[in-house]
Amino acid sequence: MPPPVHVKSQTVRRRTGVDIFLLIMKVAMSGFVILGFLMFIGQQIDPNNFIASRINPDATGLTAAQFEGLIISGLSQGAMYGLIALGYSMVYGVLGFINFAHGEVFMVGAMTGMITSNKFDDAGLWESNFLLSLAIVLLIAIICSTLTAVTMERVAYRRLRGSPRLIPLITSIGVSFFLQNVSIALLGPRAKTYPALPDWLSKKRELLGFISIDGPRLLVLIVATVAMLALWFLIEKTRTGKAMRAVAEDKEIASLMGINVNRTIVTTFAVGGAMAGVAGILWGLLFRSVTAVTGFLPGIKAFSAAVVGGIGNMGGAMAGGVTLGGAESVAPLVLLEPWGINGVSQLKDAVAFLVLIFVLLVKPTGLFGERLSSEDRA
Amino acid sequence: MSDTELLPARKPLDQDWLKLLNYSFTLAFVSIFVSLTNMPVRFDTRMIIEPVFSMGYLSLFWLPVLLGFLVTRETVLEGIASHKKGFREVFAGAFVGVVGGGGLSLLVYLLDNFNVRDPLVNWSPQLRDLLSFQRSNVFGFVIWPVIGLILGSLGGSVHVVSTRFRRIVTWALLAVIGFAVFETVLLDLSEGFAWLGAEWLTDELYFIRGGLTMHGAVILAVLGGLFAAFGHGSTRRVKENFTALESTQRTRANIVILLLSAAALVVLPLFLGGITNELLANVGLFVLLALGLNIVVGLAGILDLGYVAFFAIGGYSAALITTTNRADSWPSWVPALTKAQVAETWWIPSVYWLVALIAVVLFAALAGLFIGAPVIRMRGDYLAIVTLGFGEIIRLMFQSDWLGGYTGAAQGVTNIPGFQIFNVATIKGTDPRAVFYLVLFFCVIAIYVSWRLERSRLGRAWMAIREDESVAEAMGIDTVKAKLMAFVVGAVLASFSGAILAAKVGSVFPTSFEILVSIVILVVVIVGGMGNIVGVIVGALVLIGILGGPTQPGLLAEFSEYKLLIYGVLLIVMMLKRPEGLVPNVRRTRELHQDEYLQDAWLKGEIDTDSDDEETALTATASPPNMGTQPA
Repeated sequence: MPPPVHVKSQTVRRRTGVDIFLLIMKVAMSGFVILGFLMFIGQQIDPNNFIASRINPDATGLTAAQFEGLIISGLSQGAMYGLIALGYSMVYGVLGFINFAHGEVFMVGAMTGMITSNKFDDAGLWESNFLLSLAIVLLIAIICSTLTAVTMERVAYRRLRGSPRLIPLITSIGVSFFLQNVSIALLGPRAKTYPALPDWLSKKRELLGFISIDGPRLLVLIVATVAMLALWFLIEKTRTGKAMRAVAEDKEIASLMGINVNRTIVTTFAVGGAMAGVAGILWGLLFRSVTAVTGFLPGIKAFSAAVVGGIGNMGGAMAGGVTLGGAESVAPLVLLEPWGINGVSQLKDAVAFLVLIFVLLVKPTGLFGERLSSEDRA
Repeated sequence: MSDTELLPARKPLDQDWLKLLNYSFTLAFVSIFVSLTNMPVRFDTRMIIEPVFSMGYLSLFWLPVLLGFLVTRETVLEGIASHKKGFREVFAGAFVGVVGGGGLSLLVYLLDNFNVRDPLVNWSPQLRDLLSFQRSNVFGFVIWPVIGLILGSLGGSVHVVSTRFRRIVTWALLAVIGFAVFETVLLDLSEGFAWLGAEWLTDELYFIRGGLTMHGAVILAVLGGLFAAFGHGSTRRVKENFTALESTQRTRANIVILLLSAAALVVLPLFLGGITNELLANVGLFVLLALGLNIVVGLAGILDLGYVAFFAIGGYSAALITTTNRADSWPSWVPALTKAQVAETWWIPSVYWLVALIAVVLFAALAGLFIGAPVIRMRGDYLAIVTLGFGEIIRLMFQSDWLGGYTGAAQGVTNIPGFQIFNVATIKGTDPRAVFYLVLFFCVIAIYVSWRLERSRLGRAWMAIREDESVAEAMGIDTVKAKLMAFVVGAVLASFSGAILAAKVGSVFPTSFEILVSIVILVVVIVGGMGNIVGVIVGALVLIGILGGPTQPGLLAEFSEYKLLIYGVLLIVMMLKRPEGLVPNVRRTRELHQDEYLQDAWLKGEIDTDSDDEETALTATASPPNMGTQPA
């Protein structure tokens, strides 16, 4: 007689080598971050303390002003990531695939902004009536990037609904590659510059008595907040927004309730495109230089931001953007520098990707939980 | 089939006018776009037939033909009688051609009257001259609708003529364009076979400064047409005989074919010049990479966008191990003795290439495990982005000042001595033929490995995972292990390619390993056919050989500016129209077109509509509304 086999009613996943490896990796990453931070605090107290003098001999510590600068630049960068991330998040929420080409929609916005603002600069309007011309530039960029996003959906993605999951993703990689190279072919490969901002805008400002912030960064924060509020209003308070939420929840039921699913999906792309267009202009105003590949890395990072905040979640996308932007700007100096790594600013992009990997390992649903349509909750 | 009973041809004006307009505007838009990318001007230097026809005009001429053909193309549905083709189709093509040709007329007018060179860099008088055939604007304005008329009706008449005639024309055109494209290779070959008098032949065919001669083109067209008219039946017969063979005989025939092609690949490079060998070596590098990615994407269904990371690791580890002049930058824990005697010690890999290779393989396999382990449980699309992130991280590491002491940061590693094989030969970039043989050797290994793996237990596990991971796991497949193995095998194959690249170029730079390389390899795999070894090789030959790799030039050097654009378009078009690739894998095709297969089965009555099982429900949702016309 064989001994009776004890069957657990609960399913327990066998702990494999991979699990152990992942555990070690998580512990190592957390340890690296925590130790780095502790050493950073140590450096702040005394740059020549006995750990710092061994590991990072040329430690100087950060001044309050430097720290503030890092946080503000992280915030403004993060606000742009957040705006782009909204497009990823909404499309992922509704269609369940990563629209890889969304970064290129952002690039289209930045490029149109470059062309129109330079035309305004030639005409002298940029200098004399900045706010009006900025409004027009924003409008044109929003129209162009919205058109790009909608065309993309119409030409490429609509026919792929219901095909295996990776097919639309690969298509969107193709679209992204195509748009980048269209920009190179039509506008040339060289980096192009935005006209200089008027003096009254570009000077430093004091806010609340103790924060000093560059004018353009303040502008970025203001415009991003306004755009975010407008989007919130659209999604939570209007019928269109209600339809979008319904389609994101369940396409079939939504169509049974009399919602035009196709039109709602197009609206989703359009709104995401508009946000990316705004982000494109802000990027141009802040960094004043655009190339055909401007959209690629910010696009991927914005997707990471969407995942970090919990994909499908609007507030999460913005919060994720700010988190990622902040981490990217602060972490190299605060967490890596104390380890004696030189040239940390080169590792900025690597930090962004590491944040993505870390979040996906520790909490795959993101900081604020994901909101996905029923068929994607696998 | 419904081809027996055709309804009478429709009247010429009985058209779907909206569709015609739609196609016309597409044509106008695309031709303006192509002109503004400057393709016509850039390709104008490349002659197809000297002196009348250049690739510049070809880049505009194929559009009306294609769209004129597509506008009246209909999918023949089972059980629905279709109309006979006639003048209506020609008229539709002509209409599209004329209205679409108007797009270029408009462009000629605009080019002449406005200057928007500021954002559009290719807005140039050269383009205007080219579009108006070096004549007056009025001529340019009038000629494009006329050209559109001719070419569009040509495209439309494809529907009308017999298949045999269509085939003859296609072959004649293919022969002319093919010989024009392969000019470099053929000239190179004829030099190699000069003792056979081959040079006389190419002198007849080609003009001295490039392009076919007029009589050469005529001869080629006639030969192509003759082949299509009389040769087609016999090739089909050979094919039929081959498939009719019994399995043992077929295996034997396969082996003979394999041996013959292997012999050709070994012997042919001896007669080829440097350029062609270099080209073949480049293609080989990408065949290796694509075979590796084929295992990851094609077999296991894991979309790894950071595949270039393994290429980079292969390249850098080979470079760092074999380059002795970087010894003083090694970390302090390496014994001083080794540093000093590095050149003479027998086991140092720079002397003994197998050791270097083993180290490279080990590094790559470890990297495969390291990158694979964290991503393996992620959803497919998250996995794609995270692997892309890893690819960037690895490149940034090599580029950073942090590891710059070992990897040379942005300056990369230079003066790589090349592979030394048992004191017999040193393989380096100055001798492309040797590099080609090395690449060939590794390609053969890769093909053998892929072929064996595909039919192994592991290969079947991969395919099961690709089709449905949950089901695969339920069937007792250790999905984690299988997916990790896919990563490792893919990584090792890519690292071979990287190592050869390091030896071939003699230096590695972080910029050679950008994400773009991953995407190009992905395009190669997808265009060729995911999961099919022959497909992947064909894909690499066609794309890398003709258009060129991310940094390597192909046969059509003029395309180098546009190849990435074309890759993007190809990726989109393939995904929309033919996701299984040019040379499809049978099983993969079934997965991708499951709906259609189910539909067919349903039409044939193989699936019972009245029963309540799962499959029926699937068919019911899969069938589009127009399927209401099925036979009762």
